[in-house]
Amino acid sequence: MTTFDVNKTPKKYALSLQMDLSKFEKATDEEKKQQDVMSESTTFFKDGMRKLFKNPLAVASIIVLAFIIATIVVAPHIVPYSYEEILSVEGKRDKGAKNLRPFEYSKAEQAYIEKGNFRFPHIFGTDEQCRDYFIRVIYGTRVSLVVGFFASLIVLLIGIIYGSISGYAGGKVDLIMMRIVDIIYSLPDMLVIILLSVVLSNVLQFKPDSFLAGMGSNMISLFIVFGLLYWVGMARLIRAQILSIKENEYILAARSIGAKPGHIIRKHIIPNCLSVIIISTALQIPSAIFTESYLSFVGLGVQAPMPSLGSLANSARGGLQSYPYKLVFPALMICLIVLSLNLLGDGLRDAFDPKLNK
Amino acid sequence: MKEILLRVDDLHTTFKTDKGEVQAVNGLSFDLHAGEILGIVGESGSGKSVTAYSIMQILADNGSVKSGKVLYKGQNILEYSADEMRKFRGKCCSIIFQDPMTSLNPVFTIGNQLKEAIKLHTDKKGKELHARAIEMLELVGINEPERRLKQYPFELSGGMRQRVMIAMALACEPDVLIADEPTTALDVTIQAQILEEIQKLQKKMGMAVILVTHDLGVIANMCDDIIVMYGGKVCERGTADEIFYNSKHEYTKGLLKSIPNTTNMNQKLEPIAGTPINLLNLPKGCSFCTRCKNAMKICLTEPPEELFINDNHIASCWMNVKEALEEMSENPEVQ
Amino acid sequence: MWKYILKRILLALFTVFLICVITFALMNAIPGGPFNKEKALSEATIASLNARYNLDKPLYVQFFMYMKNLLHGDFGVSLKNGREIKGIISESFPVSCRLGLSAVIVALILGTIFGSLAALMRNKWPDRLIIFFSTLFTAVPSFVLATLLLLVFSIKLGWIPVWSAENTNYLLPVIALAAYPMAYTTRLAKTSMLDALSQDYIRTAKAKGVSKYKVIFKHALRNSLLPIITYAGPEIAYIITGSMVVETVFTVGGIGSKFVSAISNRDYTMIMATTIFLATLMVFANVICDLLYKVVDPRIKYE
Repeated sequence: MTTFDVNKTPKKYALSLQMDLSKFEKATDEEKKQQDVMSESTTFFKDGMRKLFKNPLAVASIIVLAFIIATIVVAPHIVPYSYEEILSVEGKRDKGAKNLRPFEYSKAEQAYIEKGNFRFPHIFGTDEQCRDYFIRVIYGTRVSLVVGFFASLIVLLIGIIYGSISGYAGGKVDLIMMRIVDIIYSLPDMLVIILLSVVLSNVLQFKPDSFLAGMGSNMISLFIVFGLLYWVGMARLIRAQILSIKENEYILAARSIGAKPGHIIRKHIIPNCLSVIIISTALQIPSAIFTESYLSFVGLGVQAPMPSLGSLANSARGGLQSYPYKLVFPALMICLIVLSLNLLGDGLRDAFDPKLNK
Repeated sequence: MKEILLRVDDLHTTFKTDKGEVQAVNGLSFDLHAGEILGIVGESGSGKSVTAYSIMQILADNGSVKSGKVLYKGQNILEYSADEMRKFRGKCCSIIFQDPMTSLNPVFTIGNQLKEAIKLHTDKKGKELHARAIEMLELVGINEPERRLKQYPFELSGGMRQRVMIAMALACEPDVLIADEPTTALDVTIQAQILEEIQKLQKKMGMAVILVTHDLGVIANMCDDIIVMYGGKVCERGTADEIFYNSKHEYTKGLLKSIPNTTNMNQKLEPIAGTPINLLNLPKGCSFCTRCKNAMKICLTEPPEELFINDNHIASCWMNVKEALEEMSENPEVQ
Repeated sequence: MWKYILKRILLALFTVFLICVITFALMNAIPGGPFNKEKALSEATIASLNARYNLDKPLYVQFFMYMKNLLHGDFGVSLKNGREIKGIISESFPVSCRLGLSAVIVALILGTIFGSLAALMRNKWPDRLIIFFSTLFTAVPSFVLATLLLLVFSIKLGWIPVWSAENTNYLLPVIALAAYPMAYTTRLAKTSMLDALSQDYIRTAKAKGVSKYKVIFKHALRNSLLPIITYAGPEIAYIITGSMVVETVFTVGGIGSKFVSAISNRDYTMIMATTIFLATLMVFANVICDLLYKVVDPRIKYE
């Protein structure tokens, strides 16, 4: 039985091709190699970076974040006001500089300018305590970013250490450690933060003018709670990664050719965990910023006069009807930062998450 | 000659990826006769599964048939409307897949999924439907069918799940059954059972079977005709005897040399050098040229034509032309 | 299966107990205890406080008494106005409950619908629009949204009256509360649906001849719901904490806003009681979600 219809296409026999033997010389190896077009080999990292930079939203986020960071670093050197400084003209407290609109000058300032002096404009206006709002927003951004970053760092460190020990050790140690994680995970974090903040504000007394006093006990309690509660997600992730890698056959293969455990960890485990770590850190920072601004909004944030974006938004509620811009600026800044970090995190995940590669 | 059920004519299927267009099938043609068992054999990436999916039109979203025809009983099913295609699938042509665990929906019972298959193309309801479901499970050799109907896929063993897949595929008595690597994900002992089951059912129900696999041993046992694929093209096709005892393509010859059989029992196995072809950048000439031990200059530049070896055998390899020419120059009188 | 449910409930009870311990410990870590700080209390008041709360007894006895009272429904008395906290809670909770539940339902249902829609129309304009808005709203904290909504719709445009006893318009508070969870659920639902659609069993269903409509709504949807239900627990927790600010901004007299004012007033008994109440809610919401998950995914039932 044949699988082809003889009548369909006129098929030829070898000889009907009318060719001669000269064409049938053997091909050399070099000639064969030329035909062999392998796909470009790249490393995981290079491949991921290529994908990341192809993503317009991720690139835009990086630009926005870079711009924001540059601004908050540079602005305090350019803008002559400080965040707690009550505006004064020629040494006298300027009472008329209350709640100025953006780029507006108070009467005293206008008089000063007419005399031929330069007065740096109030880009965002002033607040009800006669302080330049722009610099306060800048400082608020600094505080929020720093808090977000360090909180995430704490989460990262504790989570990685805890998760690696639990994952690599396995057995009873792992079981107990994970039970603890389960219990911590089910505690309502926000409530504990609030409680802790309330308590610590009474308990902790700092040296006045010290850095810690500037931050305020609430920030300390925020960091403490992050250190106590928020690392569990990261720990679980790391542990899961380590478990799956441990079982993986290439680890078995590496060990069977005599690779040492340190070598295995360095070459196999860490690169696989790295993408998970980077991605969840990128997504953890906005979450920390959210938490901080939430607390500030509820009145449990940084100590006045240090501003944070959340506390600025909260105080803006008072004069909402007359001075809506006082809400808009910090709110916009929060959203911009969180949005950029979220988009960047998404972009990183799309580029580097091995599970998504089809 | 038996009627031609399915005719694939110069099929070209590609996939759009962010690295370019992958040419998965490049000019495939074959006929399938009623009641015949056709084997399609090739490595991973040779395009054999894609061929099956192209026929059933269940390619992934980024895949499409670029050109060619698939004629079922004379009609080009590539031109069917969505509704016509829906009626075609499961009723005229069914397919079973490689991994029965992931191919069955984990949140529905066996009964639910099997009855769905039956309900789609028949009018059965209620008791009749249930009876037919039981009948199908018994047909494929599953014991305690009543209990099985209530179970979920994860409660069954691999072999049983594959039997359920077969039951679902045959529930509406299709003319063609495509088996896409049906035993690759199963244990060796179960493999034999499943293949036996397919053979038994084929004899009983008389449908044509396209068996897609990379396992030459499986093919040898079951198939009337065999197609060998590489790089999305047909290397060689013919009856089982022709392919195994008279292979005329360097790739097939290489394959046969690389597996153990009774003739090379005391010799070293010869693997085929190199790695499977990059389907993004097919070479100008024969797709196998870079790995072929006997590649000639013409192989690198001209794609070989499909040529008759004899009535039951076609191969596309320049080596046959060379050998024919050499023979002619030695024996000028013989034609 | 019942063993699992029992285990889960016991674990939840243990967690609640732990929360009580933590709360009690923290409140009593304040120097001078929760009761003596701000108020200049008369001898008689101090005496009655002592009698009521057994303040002269050692801490663990106090704790035991507190727990006993709790179980009888006695949450103590507010330091600020002397009212029974039980009364305050039962008065303010219904409003919060209505607000919270509406937000949860809106977030889950609309989120799932929009997310699935985005998955089905991938890369077409509905997808892009939905993803645009959901990405945007995951960057807006609830208090920002609440304040903005209040500003625009109540103050500037006057379309929606400010909340009062007579005018209880839930629209704006629900939107402010549900925006973030809905946005998150949308993105989750889209990913989940896309993931389900790429599975082998979808290919099988298509190969059987199942219609496109049924492939999506029968085969894919059920599988795509699993991650969404998993998220429902944290979502409820988010809504409970979010309600605190939203209620404050919109001046809704719910339990959340009472909690916020208790914080600023340093009303410790109120803080304690409300914390335990809300925490218990959160823990049991999580338990219900866990159990619901088992119902949808038969695989877990038998583990």
